[in-house]
Amino acid sequence: MKHRLWFTGKKLIRMALLLLGVSIVTFLLMSASPLDPLQTNVGQAALGSMSPEQIAKLEAYWGVDTPPLSRYIGWLLDALRGNLGVSLLYRQPVLAVIGERLAGSVLVLLAAWVISGVLGLTLGILAGAFRGRWPDRVIRGYCLLISGTPAFWLAILLLLIFSVWLGWLPVGLSVPAGMEAAAVTFADRLRHAVLPALTLSITGVANIALHTREKMIGVMSSDYVLFARARGESERAIILRHGFRNVLLPAITLQFASVSEIIGGSVLVEQVFSYPGLGQAAVTAGLGSDLPLLLGITVVTAAIVFIGNLIADLLYGAADPRIRKGAVRR
Amino acid sequence: MEPILRIEHLSVSFTQYDRGARRRQRHVVKNLSLAVMPGQIAAVVGASGSGKSLLAHSILGILPYNSRAEGIILYDGEPLTQERAKALRGREIFLIPQGVTYLDPLMKVGPQLRKGRKDAGTEERCRAALLRYGLGPETEELYPFELSGGMARRVLIASAVTEKPRLIIADEPTPGLDARSAKRILGHFRELADEGTGILVITHDLELALTVADEVTVFYDGETIEQAKAADFEKVENLRHPYTRALWHAMPEHGFRVMPDPEDGKQVQRDNKNESGTDV
Repeated sequence: MKHRLWFTGKKLIRMALLLLGVSIVTFLLMSASPLDPLQTNVGQAALGSMSPEQIAKLEAYWGVDTPPLSRYIGWLLDALRGNLGVSLLYRQPVLAVIGERLAGSVLVLLAAWVISGVLGLTLGILAGAFRGRWPDRVIRGYCLLISGTPAFWLAILLLLIFSVWLGWLPVGLSVPAGMEAAAVTFADRLRHAVLPALTLSITGVANIALHTREKMIGVMSSDYVLFARARGESERAIILRHGFRNVLLPAITLQFASVSEIIGGSVLVEQVFSYPGLGQAAVTAGLGSDLPLLLGITVVTAAIVFIGNLIADLLYGAADPRIRKGAVRR
Repeated sequence: MEPILRIEHLSVSFTQYDRGARRRQRHVVKNLSLAVMPGQIAAVVGASGSGKSLLAHSILGILPYNSRAEGIILYDGEPLTQERAKALRGREIFLIPQGVTYLDPLMKVGPQLRKGRKDAGTEERCRAALLRYGLGPETEELYPFELSGGMARRVLIASAVTEKPRLIIADEPTPGLDARSAKRILGHFRELADEGTGILVITHDLELALTVADEVTVFYDGETIEQAKAADFEKVENLRHPYTRALWHAMPEHGFRVMPDPEDGKQVQRDNKNESGTDV
């Protein structure tokens, strides 16, 4: 137990350093951006008709007149006190925007995460168990094809098929357009979440399946599977009893590591489906020079990804008897 | 008496890729013939890394996909086809593998021995098998990594007596064990043979083979070069092949001498260091 606490403590320190680094890089990238916040958000024509005082006011609002270093330090000091500032575009506290957007995305993200994990694991185990035979070839072919397909292109393809041609599913947004918020049912939300979640799942499956396949091949050519065969265990029993058990541990790591890919993928996919989630907010913030919002989103998603990996590490320690008992004995 | 296992002109080979896409057939066993009588221990001695394990796997019908076996294997007088091997392994024919890596690292000993069956009869038989080798019921709750070398070996032997074995194939049964434990393990083999089981021991260790076996086959570079009763090995004059003679001379009680290998000029020495005994 003490060992586990120490392990977690070390990880948390690492997380703080990581978040600091991520925020610095984001800030530097944003400062190097060629976009002029005034021109982007106010417009050339409007700027031309304004008085110098008005322009100075706007410059102050967008932070153009503050030197980058003091701007960053100001943000950092506030952030350490738990205040991530106010979004310049939405004119709301950054945390409130992120909370709202995350709530919008969570259905899509969670569904994609679970579906790609379960499906990827199953396909990977099948491919590994039938290595070289037709199920393996089909699964591997699918995975390689999908790995080479950009997520946004796949999103457009699904949109064309299911929304435009077949008309089964809505074209975009997270709720029906023009409907009162109170009248929106869960079924409506679900219908709108299907396509984005499907896109993310389809692309997420490939990576997990290919990794699981490698692990499964290793397990199937291991000494203990050979011995299980020598003892007359059926192929089915070997896959279920030994294969699944030994692939499950690396699968946990893989599953939690895939959090980053799902979040990353959601940025593009939400853009295609005009889905008002966290990913879309990130794009808006980036293109609109909304520095506090972009920093906030980057830091929060980085923390989510890190915590995902941390959970994987902790679960691993609890699930693997070699680590669990080894730690007790120490 | 009818031999329980008879092997005639068995050749085992596997396909190897060397440097790019060039494929090469590697013959690890060529034209091997031997017989194992019920109640008898036969030993096959070959150099480490010569693919001896594949011999065991070919009898059990569990060769990896890149290997093939040719020749005749008769079990109980009838050809041991792939289907028959599949039906018999784990029921009448048992493998005792080299070491703890042959146990699933994430499964406790008990469930592993029981092969997924949960009935009282199976449980009883597995418990008795462990007890026979001095392992209490608490062993069933241990993971393989918690077993000592000697315990792991006894668990592996116990796995062969959960049913009534008629043929046991033991692959490198003693590497990594001290002399006393090794002797006890070999005692277990003799005991099993005395109950009527035929045992085939595959090893790199001529001394071990001579201690335990009734009949010894030595192969070198895939070819059978010596086949004799263990008693015949007492006098070096009875040995025909220079390699066996070299092995004989390298045994401690025969002076521990290293003889030049007549075939390629390199030195042949009984491999004392190789205790892991890992083979292809």
